[in-house]
Amino acid sequence: MRLADTFQMAFLAIARNKIRSFLTALGIIIGVGSVIAMVHVGQAATQSVTENISSMGSNLLIVSPARARRGPGGVRITSPPFTIDDVETLEHEIRGILVAPEINTNQSLVYANVNHNASILGTTNDYFEIRNYQLDRGRYFEPEEIERSATVCIIGSTVNDTMFGRSDPLGNNLRVGRTSCEVVGILQAKGASFGRDLDDVVVMPTGTVQSRILGNMDVRSIQISALQDGTTARIKAEIEELLRDRRGGSGREDDFFVRDMQEVADTLEGTTRTLTMLLGAIAAISLLVGGIGIMNIMLVSVTERTREIGIRIAIGAQVKDVMIQFLVEAVALSCLGGLLGVGVGIAGTHFATQAMDLPFVLSMDTILIGFGFSAFVGVVFGFFPARKAANLNPIEALRHE
Amino acid sequence: MIEPDTSPESTEPIIEMRKIRKIYGSGNTEVRALDGVDFRIEPGQFVSVMGPSGSGKSTCMNIVGCLDTPSSGAYLFCGLDVARYDKNQLALLRRNYLGFVFQSFNLIARTTALENVELPLIYKGVKPAERRLRAMKALASVGIADRADHAPSELSGGQQQRVAIARALVSEPTLLLADEPTGNLDTETTADVLHLLQQLNHEHDLTIVMVTHEPEVAVHTRRVLYFVDGKLVDDGPPSEVIP
Ligand SMILES: Nc1ncnc2c1ncn2[C@@H]1O[C@H](COP(=O)(O)OP(=O)(O)O)[C@@H](O)[C@H]1O
Ligand SMILES: [Mg+2]
Repeated sequence: MRLADTFQMAFLAIARNKIRSFLTALGIIIGVGSVIAMVHVGQAATQSVTENISSMGSNLLIVSPARARRGPGGVRITSPPFTIDDVETLEHEIRGILVAPEINTNQSLVYANVNHNASILGTTNDYFEIRNYQLDRGRYFEPEEIERSATVCIIGSTVNDTMFGRSDPLGNNLRVGRTSCEVVGILQAKGASFGRDLDDVVVMPTGTVQSRILGNMDVRSIQISALQDGTTARIKAEIEELLRDRRGGSGREDDFFVRDMQEVADTLEGTTRTLTMLLGAIAAISLLVGGIGIMNIMLVSVTERTREIGIRIAIGAQVKDVMIQFLVEAVALSCLGGLLGVGVGIAGTHFATQAMDLPFVLSMDTILIGFGFSAFVGVVFGFFPARKAANLNPIEALRHE
Repeated sequence: MIEPDTSPESTEPIIEMRKIRKIYGSGNTEVRALDGVDFRIEPGQFVSVMGPSGSGKSTCMNIVGCLDTPSSGAYLFCGLDVARYDKNQLALLRRNYLGFVFQSFNLIARTTALENVELPLIYKGVKPAERRLRAMKALASVGIADRADHAPSELSGGQQQRVAIARALVSEPTLLLADEPTGNLDTETTADVLHLLQQLNHEHDLTIVMVTHEPEVAVHTRRVLYFVDGKLVDDGPPSEVIP
């Protein structure tokens, strides 16, 4: 028997019972569709987490004071902020890093008749490299401007768009709180990270924010970038040792913590990956149920077509001919379901990623595995009905009503 | 598997049954469907098999047709002992040397007459174009080429039986077996089908074995095997066997 004839026979059998074939394949369609959609959404979430974290800057470490906690007798213990001295010590003592202070506040901006609230950042030029900001136009701060806490600022693209619109901000004075600042640079857009607009920002020299806006010399956090990949763990330990010394010794609990963003990324990635696998596994169970549906219908079909099978055997079909015919029918049915399932899965991925604001990226591996699974299910669950058909006794089969 | 010698020079009988037994069940429920049957059928014969219901006619035909194997005894098909052939070898024998016609036509539903006739050739691995040609020829030879595209449900009983005969003939068998082929037909179509079988026997020297319980049908053959209770009790021309 020619292979082409085997396939034609199977497709004719499927086409002869369109509605039933579709309903049979529906289990596979849903199974493959949900496997593909679930895994894709999981992968998109993983990717989004990774992208969000790497958009913050590579090899980033953030040093912050520990959260306020309850001491003995319920006394609230707040951790003291850092000082510029801390920043400079870190810079001198630890090799292979970039260090920048970060002083955060929120202020209203005024230019012409436009009002806008933005996040204000006091820092040094290294900050731009640490956090991966590129200059779009203008210039960075002059060392002298940082030295004397000059009233200059570099603005993010969101601030530029909302405050200045079409006009050129360079050289113009922007009111930040009650201080007037000259705009000397504009940053390239970076987008959002974890829902926060990274471009809605006004960057000023450290001292300017400290003395002119906030009126104190505290440093809220220290941003550090390891210049070499894979050194963040060592650098984290070095920072901890140094700060422990400077902030009252090692005898007590640390009143600061160092966050290694690579570590955070790894943890988050691991979590989303586990979740993806879990979702995929749940979806795979529905694929299994779809396979049982195929087996069920194939068994019904074998019973229904007992007489036809008897005829085929009588006119010379061998065991393998009948076996292959029914197996191909089951596999074709599940593969058709798989093919439709791939379509459903891609559409599902599209809608889900859109709804969750995740990147829409298709992975060929996932699609092939989803589809391959459907073929596998067809073989496994088609085997038993096919063997039943092939081993029918022709005499009894021909007597069957 | 040794192929049977079906050439015209062969001196072997087509069918040789030696002490064939077929026993169903065991102990109290034992049924001797065939109980020591011996006969030979030479090439070119047109033989009818008669006997009361339950006498073993169909059982005998199933063994002759390689659909079943005897419990004991030897069955030589064209001189070849096929009693111990396995399922797949028997399937090959049926495919290449045997044609079947049944009482209930046994065409595949929702499949055109042409496709039904093509089916044996599909299992023989014949290519589609040649297959179609041979199937059309077979349909034409039974006078029903104009119904090639009709499904069995759109055909009368007589037409369906013609399609079934075409299907049996399409692979050019050595032996045609018919189990009550006219059992479901009215008098007029019975005559048609009988005439067709006679014609095939005369013009193509096709060996035919046909089960029937109607004496009017059996008289058209040249030899009658008469079964009673699984035993062959009479064997001769219709005029002698039929009372
Ligand atoms: N598969 C079977 N199992 C048990 N008994 C059977 C089977 N097939 C046939 N028989 C018995 O064998 C005997 C002969 O049957 P059969 O050859 O069909 O008779 P006929 O065709 O002459 O009417 C009957 O008694 C029948 O009941
Ligand atoms: Mg019978």
